[in-house]
Amino acid sequence: MLDLTPSQTVGPFFAFGLPFDGGGDVVPMGTPGAITLHGTVRDGAGVAVPDALLEFWQTGPDGRVPVRPGALHRDGRSFTGFARVPTDRAGDYRLRTLRPAAPSGSRDAPHMAVTVFARGLLHHLFTRVYFPNHVEANAADPLLAQLDEERRATLMAVPDGGVTGPGYRFDIRMQGTGETVFLDLSAHGLAQPPAATTETPA
Amino acid sequence: MSATQEPATQRAVSAEIAEAAAAPTRPDGHPERAYRPYRSTALRSPQRPLVVTPPSLTEMAAPVFGAADVAPIDSDLTRHHAGEPLGERIIVTGRVLDGDGRPVRHQLVEVWQANASGRYRHEGDQHPAPLDPNFTGGGRALTDDEGRYRFVTIKPGAYPWRNHTNAWRPAHIHFSLFGTAFTQRLVTQMYFPGDPLFGLDPIFQSVTDEKAQQRLIAAYDHDVTQPEWALGYRWDIVLDGAHATPPDVDGA
Ligand SMILES: [Fe+3]
Repeated sequence: MLDLTPSQTVGPFFAFGLPFDGGGDVVPMGTPGAITLHGTVRDGAGVAVPDALLEFWQTGPDGRVPVRPGALHRDGRSFTGFARVPTDRAGDYRLRTLRPAAPSGSRDAPHMAVTVFARGLLHHLFTRVYFPNHVEANAADPLLAQLDEERRATLMAVPDGGVTGPGYRFDIRMQGTGETVFLDLSAHGLAQPPAATTETPA
Repeated sequence: MSATQEPATQRAVSAEIAEAAAAPTRPDGHPERAYRPYRSTALRSPQRPLVVTPPSLTEMAAPVFGAADVAPIDSDLTRHHAGEPLGERIIVTGRVLDGDGRPVRHQLVEVWQANASGRYRHEGDQHPAPLDPNFTGGGRALTDDEGRYRFVTIKPGAYPWRNHTNAWRPAHIHFSLFGTAFTQRLVTQMYFPGDPLFGLDPIFQSVTDEKAQQRLIAAYDHDVTQPEWALGYRWDIVLDGAHATPPDVDGA
């Protein structure tokens, strides 16, 4: 194993480096089945975070993980499954996409993978957006199943239909009351051997 | 926690840096998110432990980028305007690898940086140093078959920030990397060798393991330097690698 390059904060000045035109338009306006996902990022004091950057990565409604290039310069037809949106002065973000489906054979309920970057965040955070209508799949989801009701709620998009069509709200609380569930998906987390295989001589 | 505290002195922050450096380091070399010397972490680091869960099939894959996404000129930050930017022209090159040493091929590398005076082209940058009309400071490249990337740019200046009194960032280039799995995502900063500000900077020092700190510093490489034109730096980047291959579907 090579030693990893450590993470550093995205800082406050990423605006001309990372966001790109149409970064939140995973599908064009008017696409059948399009949904909007929006929300507010807040810090431990409940104050809006105006300099966060969120990335979303997802399957399409066919349950396939996209393999087509073109997320930065979209051709308007291919579903690339990737969005990158900075928060605005009010800490709000918004994207337009399609509902994800679970890949066949997957134990996971339909979800979007999310990465949170911000000034003051030395290492990005992973979380997920789930959708409340998938009652059975959500009940069987390995992550959701290990959370209590309150924590689980932080990963659920809340339907709030608006003038632009079906919409969902997904707020992110970086710390404190209602803190979003953030994930350890790393090898380090998984490297801990399951208890059953750790045999200690009696 | 009050938002209107007096700014700390460098001496006080340096004492906090020393205290944090004495604590056990993380095995992966990454910073702890709650790192007192960097004041903005106070309200932006989770208090709950991260929830350990296996990556989903989505998270074991990553967005794909291609020729449509990145133009060749995107990797030469000195050619984004009509004139040449001021400053010391440099070449920064290296390889992106996963933890098992495999090259990360045809994947997106993005950079952004201050100009030679230490000023960002950003409304939030209050540093009274000149903007350079010939320098924006953002670039993109795709890695090649060996995972290699290459940027032409100018050496960024150090700049002050308001973490504490007389706080200065060492010169750095911000880097954003993708692997073949979303779990390999990395945003980091590349530094230049021998910077006198390393010991004073809470962001650099948030990586408390000295060996891991060295992995953030590019090496001057005379073989990369081009005669009469630009100095060369080499910097390899290693992403988390354990989930680069999806699980064996036929396995037990
Ligand atoms: Fe910076």
